[in-house]
Amino acid sequence: MTLHEGFTPRPDAALGGIIKLAILAVGGQGGGVLTGWIEAVARANGYAAQATSVAGVSQRTGATVYYVEMAPMPADGAMPVFSLQPAAGDVDIMVTAEMMEAGRSIIRGFVTPDRTTLITSTHRALAVSEKMVPGDGIADSDEVMAAAAIAARRFIAADFDRLAIANGSVISASLLGALAGSGALPFGRDAYEAAIRAGGKGIEGSLRAFAAGFEAAQAPQQQDEPAAPPKAPVAKGPAALLAQWHRLQSRVAALPAPVAELALPGLQKVVGFQNLAYGETYLARLDAVLAQDDPALGHALTREAAKYIANAMAYDDVIRVADLKTRGSRSARIAREMGLRDQNVLQLTEFFHPRAEEIAGLLPARLGARVQADPKWMSRLTRWFDKGRRLRSDSLTAFVTLYLIGGLRFWRPRTLRHAQEVAHLDRWLALALGYRATDYALAVEVIRCRRLVKGYSDTHARGLSKFDRVIDAIALVAGRDDAADWARRLREAALRDEEGKALDGAIQTIRSFA
Amino acid sequence: MAERSFKAEVEDLRLGAGETFTGEGILAITKALLENGVGYVGGYQGAPISHLMDVLADAEELLAELGVRYEANANEAAAAAMLAASVHYPIRGAVTFKGSVGVNVASDALANLASSGVNGGALIIVGEDYGEGSSIMQERSHAFAMKSQFWLLDPRPNLPCITKAVKDGFELSEASNTPVMLMVRIRSCHVTGSFTTRDNKRPALSVREALSNPQSDFARVVLPPMSFAHEQDKVRNRWPAAERFILDHKLNEMFGPEKAPLGIILQGGMYNGVIRALQRLGLADLFGNTQVPLYVLNVTYPLVSSEFHAFCQGKDHILVVEEGQPEFIEQQLSTFLYRQGSSLRLHGKDIFPMAGEYTGQVMLDSIAAFLKQAAPEMLPALVRAPNEDKPRIPDLTKTVPIRPPGFCTGCPERPIFAAMKLVQKETGKLQITADIGCHLFGSLPPFEVGGATMGYGLGPAANAAFDGGGERRPVSIIGDGGFWHNGLSSSFTNMAFNKSDGVAVIVDNYYSAATGGQDIMSSRADNPTKATKHPISKALRGIGIDWVREVDRTYDVGHMRDVLREALTTDTPGPKVIVASSECMLNKQRREKPLAQQAIREGRRVEAPRFGVDEDICTGDHACIRLSGCPSLSLKRLDDPLRDDPVASIDQSCVGCGNCGEVADAAVLCPSFYRADVVHNPTPWEKRLATWRGRIIGWLQARRAAKRLSFEVPA
Repeated sequence: MTLHEGFTPRPDAALGGIIKLAILAVGGQGGGVLTGWIEAVARANGYAAQATSVAGVSQRTGATVYYVEMAPMPADGAMPVFSLQPAAGDVDIMVTAEMMEAGRSIIRGFVTPDRTTLITSTHRALAVSEKMVPGDGIADSDEVMAAAAIAARRFIAADFDRLAIANGSVISASLLGALAGSGALPFGRDAYEAAIRAGGKGIEGSLRAFAAGFEAAQAPQQQDEPAAPPKAPVAKGPAALLAQWHRLQSRVAALPAPVAELALPGLQKVVGFQNLAYGETYLARLDAVLAQDDPALGHALTREAAKYIANAMAYDDVIRVADLKTRGSRSARIAREMGLRDQNVLQLTEFFHPRAEEIAGLLPARLGARVQADPKWMSRLTRWFDKGRRLRSDSLTAFVTLYLIGGLRFWRPRTLRHAQEVAHLDRWLALALGYRATDYALAVEVIRCRRLVKGYSDTHARGLSKFDRVIDAIALVAGRDDAADWARRLREAALRDEEGKALDGAIQTIRSFA
Repeated sequence: MAERSFKAEVEDLRLGAGETFTGEGILAITKALLENGVGYVGGYQGAPISHLMDVLADAEELLAELGVRYEANANEAAAAAMLAASVHYPIRGAVTFKGSVGVNVASDALANLASSGVNGGALIIVGEDYGEGSSIMQERSHAFAMKSQFWLLDPRPNLPCITKAVKDGFELSEASNTPVMLMVRIRSCHVTGSFTTRDNKRPALSVREALSNPQSDFARVVLPPMSFAHEQDKVRNRWPAAERFILDHKLNEMFGPEKAPLGIILQGGMYNGVIRALQRLGLADLFGNTQVPLYVLNVTYPLVSSEFHAFCQGKDHILVVEEGQPEFIEQQLSTFLYRQGSSLRLHGKDIFPMAGEYTGQVMLDSIAAFLKQAAPEMLPALVRAPNEDKPRIPDLTKTVPIRPPGFCTGCPERPIFAAMKLVQKETGKLQITADIGCHLFGSLPPFEVGGATMGYGLGPAANAAFDGGGERRPVSIIGDGGFWHNGLSSSFTNMAFNKSDGVAVIVDNYYSAATGGQDIMSSRADNPTKATKHPISKALRGIGIDWVREVDRTYDVGHMRDVLREALTTDTPGPKVIVASSECMLNKQRREKPLAQQAIREGRRVEAPRFGVDEDICTGDHACIRLSGCPSLSLKRLDDPLRDDPVASIDQSCVGCGNCGEVADAAVLCPSFYRADVVHNPTPWEKRLATWRGRIIGWLQARRAAKRLSFEVPA
């Protein structure tokens, strides 16, 4: 919580005791219920109150404003004239049920330093526009937090959604608690709890969430504590393998610190993907990069290589998918996430759709390459394999099938897919290191371009094609002072939309001068 | 079954004389109808008056007790036509629909009704949906009152005034033999407050009784020469009668000092906004006592010139507060002034913005600007010379994403649009028109399917120019609500008659879902007072459309895509129609969730499906989201330092509709989705089998784990 006392509030002389409260919620969050509770509290405590909203189609996940005004009821029973909508610069209490909605309330001018208490939940309900970006399109909550600290007279923020869920309720209850706890309204805690009890639905859960919200608003410093650093994965397995692992691990420890930081998870990833020997190959590749790196530049090149070589080596093939789907840790995780109890039974359905390419990829490299070049064989494979498969992985037949495929790791190095991946990896590394002598920063950016290769089937093909186009465009700018900057821009453009429109634009720009 | 039940609120409709009603504006209107002896009510749902229809539906018992007939009309035209009962019979009738959509649909019936004139009070309650949150085109219902010559009430937005307007409306209608439109804005429909109730009143003549004694008078029929006489009657008799009634009963109100050099004329609906602006300028108190004279038009059509001139007496400046455009009231008042040779300065749209909602800020800025011109000495010093040092608040407009409404979690329409997006990947972009209803969200990202909406039930008709076909067939989308509203006649007979080569997709979710889940002809629910369960396909065959494909589980994206592809490529001549049916998930959950919970408590076997994502397998490309947009399918950032992009993640709100798995299959996306069905109260055999399988699977897992290295985060 921040308390912003830089501005003295200016009460309206002619408007004795009026309180203007707006709620900005996402459809389905119970903004209407919260509004009803607040109205009930006000009326039960001798206030005249009026609420309005524009629910309409906005119930369907859109952003919705609810608005309440209240004033002490005069003895003569005269009714105050209340407004039906919040106005910019004229809101005393702003409650927002999501972080970006807090941002929206600031944009709309409902939060001002002279009067507004802003109570917001810090959790995110991502908008479609944020989710559909092929890269990372999530809006920056920190920017909103920073703006809120300036815009609000008083700012109370906590993850009220988490508090509600933890207490088996919904966010409207924890936000009512926060409102009560903030003391922004002249009513006691009992009054709010009475309103919840009068509501009659899910009372116990609502009261628990209310209490949690109340406490969070009163002692929000606990909310501000930084989250504990993520726990690092630990190696498990037979003693002999563990001993070898520790040897590899000590090789990582000997690397320069910035490199080791990413090389350890990288090594874990590739060893988990294949075996210890594969881990040695990883370290050898890394050493080759390190030999050409520059300590004065903080080993940026090797650090990035540690990350992306690991990702490239642990490619997504059928064997990896089957392996991950049949691990004991996965069963345990799903049971936990689904809230499975002893008396329940869990049925699991996996959705697979193998294509001829995946099947050919499992064949020995030479044979696979011949099959892949032969349309007849490919159409035959399509006929045999290319269809959606729903596997009930809790049944033995499906589980054992997946288990056997997951056990094909010994076979993997001989496969066509492996050969293709290795070739791609070698080309990409060679290309990056080729730029190393003339333009260190560009080499680093080329390493980072590996981020573009991801997904399965069409998505994977699209990723590869974007990667190729970015690499080709980089060749056009290589040699310029700002080449690295352009490489970064190209990569970011490629991650912005599915079809690559932004990337097309960036390439057009480059062609206009290169 | 409507989305919201008003069974509890219906009890408030029984309140008697001297009691206090507290609740929403729309409920207060319903109560006022009963207090004023209404004989029949009807209408068509749509924001913001859906609740009025839902309350009436839930109150059928009470209506029957009072002898009031209630119809859930097929559309607004049917509703307006129903008011014909008030033409010959002294029965009060009221219908309701949303403006301006409803007024447009109903205009034929409204025009004829206004020409015939009425004997019993006829009230058209229009929920004006203008400004923020509106889901329709922006225009004014006002024009319809003007062109057809019926009267328009726009009461101050509080419950006592709105309920009084119902009473005034009936009386005005009867006094002037003219239908009256009562306009309530979207916020007044949902505004809460209290008013003192009166006893409900049975109609003096019920529609049943009237049916026993039929009446007709050809002078009321809209045919020449009677229609010419109606036109004269409107101007010579009805209009002056209305003016007299408005003056005698003081339907318009004046507030503030009698003597002042300036004044404000406003629509009743603008009153609270104007008062708030004056309050903020220090010119009014909490209770609306104002230092600026106000002339509040609770009747915005017709305007009474004598009353207007009386208000203008001694004033130099007048401001007209009239939301929306064109500025009909301002033009009329200007004419009044001009005809009188007045030198008074009339302000309005020269200060206020021509278009858009009069928000708090607009109201404050405009009224302050008016006062600066007309009487600067009235303004507080702060407004005249603002010199406050405001902190610079960072601009968040680039950060905060827009959040338009979209399909609900588990919506059965989502997979239809996923399938359409997949088909367009094969065919290239198609010419697609849409209709009105939830399905219109398909035109937003991530689907962006559909490029036009011409009105309710007009989706396929909007493709008529392309009916002749071409290289690729035109596609249109319409909902089941739109189909029964107007679509069967305007869209499908049009297609059939003209031998259209087009494809039409009817999105059948068992309800008029966008307006709140009301039952319609093809609803699958039992409804004691309505005829349901009439398949859309039967209606199509009845008008000679034979190429009809019914998809009974829209969640099967692959099948949906194949059917679409077939419709686009088949050699069959004539319209190709797909009826894609699955129940609205919002309504389904509301019905089934409590039943499932009860079954679990009672020890019966229940499967609860939910989807999940294996985050190690998800590569963070979000292709699945581009075929979904489901609120429960979101993203999460991993703690893994090797991962750049957030991965897909499904939260607890998932209802297990299946779209995620289906698109992953149909679009060949990735194998990271799984469906987990938690079986509550499994059978003993099922439980034994699961234990036995679990042991073998566990043994296999342990066996492999013992031979390899794995890296796991300790729990």
